[in-house]
Amino acid sequence: MKNIKTLGELAKIIRSKNAGPFAITFDIMFATEKDYNLVVKSNILTVERFSNLFNIPPEDIQFYLVKNAYAIKISMPRPYFQGDLEDGDNYAGQQYPPLIGIEIPGT
Amino acid sequence: MEVRVIAPNGTIGAGYKEKSLERGIALKPHVIACDGGSTDSGPSYLGSGTPKSSRQAVKRDLRYMFLGREELGVPLIIGSCGTSGADVGVDWVRDICLEIAAEENLHFKLAVIKSDQNKEYLKKKLKEGRIKPLTPAPEISESIIDKASRIVGVMGYEQIDRALSEGAEVILAGRATDTALFAAIPLRMGADPGPTWHMAKTIECGAACAVVPAADGMYAVIKDNEFTIEPLDLESRVTPLTVASHMLYENSSPFLLREPGGWLDTTNSQYKAIDDRSVSVSGSVFRKAETYTIKLEAAELIGYQSIIIGGIRDPYIIRRLDELIPFLQGYFKLKVRKLFEGKVKKKDYKLHFRIYGRDGVMGPYEPLKDNVGHEVGILITVTAKTQQLASDIAKFVAWMSAHVPIPEWQGIISSIAYPFSPPEIERGAVYRFSLNHVVEPDNPLEMFRFNYEEV
Repeated sequence: MKNIKTLGELAKIIRSKNAGPFAITFDIMFATEKDYNLVVKSNILTVERFSNLFNIPPEDIQFYLVKNAYAIKISMPRPYFQGDLEDGDNYAGQQYPPLIGIEIPGT
Repeated sequence: MEVRVIAPNGTIGAGYKEKSLERGIALKPHVIACDGGSTDSGPSYLGSGTPKSSRQAVKRDLRYMFLGREELGVPLIIGSCGTSGADVGVDWVRDICLEIAAEENLHFKLAVIKSDQNKEYLKKKLKEGRIKPLTPAPEISESIIDKASRIVGVMGYEQIDRALSEGAEVILAGRATDTALFAAIPLRMGADPGPTWHMAKTIECGAACAVVPAADGMYAVIKDNEFTIEPLDLESRVTPLTVASHMLYENSSPFLLREPGGWLDTTNSQYKAIDDRSVSVSGSVFRKAETYTIKLEAAELIGYQSIIIGGIRDPYIIRRLDELIPFLQGYFKLKVRKLFEGKVKKKDYKLHFRIYGRDGVMGPYEPLKDNVGHEVGILITVTAKTQQLASDIAKFVAWMSAHVPIPEWQGIISSIAYPFSPPEIERGAVYRFSLNHVVEPDNPLEMFRFNYEEV
């Protein structure tokens, strides 16, 4: 049986954070160029994937490949503005877990 | 020409190592700068004007910076004083500084730059169409401006530069971009803006980009078209990867950083290891904006809050949560009206249920909200126009929510496990961020107030 790795196993860090009070940003960083290229070339982490995972329109998502940091960065609006009554994550720090289990083919 | 800069810490009051700052002073920087605030901790600090750090922690961190400045005779620049950078926060830090000066017998020219905004000025700018929304932005109107508890403008380097031109040796700035504190002196000395702003962005969080990240200081040197950076702690290091990664932190774009007068663009930046603990960066550019803009930050009081914390273990209740919560919302709407004899209307309070173990953390972004476990946490929030009303409603809600009938059981049960007696807790005033907009001022200085004094 082929042993496919998850994004959580391949990345050295996956985090989410406020980018100001109105946006969330996700940083997915790799220790090596090889792991970074593997994930980028797998074409698994895309705007469409984020749109489906978080149920938000693709036009609200900014997607960046940051080669010199071996990082993939995604920014999008917060579900609620920081500190609003309905907001459950003041620092937007616990919004990344749905990314951990994403399987990366070719690993 | 080279310009040397130190950041004793990423923020004042986090407690850096004395030995690190000692080394920083020995490196003879042209400026000591440190950031004292952020919006990152939430709207309460701006709304209430209270600082996040304790007075003792801020005084301790500031004292060694003042002593270092005294030894070198270089400017000390502190920004976003008192967490929010509101006028009350600047006054709070000024008071601490005067106390240190008296205790240590220090004398200097002090500049205080205040950034609270005049509401009439902002309403005039709104009418002129010179307040523009950022993305995403809440609604703006004259009444939104009026309702704000406090509005600050975020200054850039131009305002700090003005205070330096007036001979200020210590600058206490209201709300400011973190970067401007570090960029002001290099830009005055004629350093290249590209590496200057990129240096400023890298150094402003202190040793956050060090291996291992720490609440400690950093040292940077700008020379020609590049800058070098290293942690002040000799046992700590940075690598090209950690420095490049830092552009990603708390910023939407990994390549662009907005300042009032333009953008730092790091798309073509090159990161190179100099040795095993320092890095040089070249290729960064600063692009001037066509229009000079000042970002606004505003916090609005939304009421006073009482909260109730509990847990639910009964699987019959857990599987019915999706119907029980709307049922309770409707039930309390009628009951509160009756109980308060029509004096409390629906708009006078808000009742909110958060279910941990379902979607309490991610809300609408939660992909696993149907995957509920054997136990859930419940957080009930009552927000009302007075604390008394919030608590009065919370007492009733806590009581009645714990006795919701469900068809599976015949007779009365206790449906929520409360860990506390009484179950309701008063939380005080709550605020929300109410603006994400920029103003186009006639000139960079008109939105800020300057005061100078000999200490």
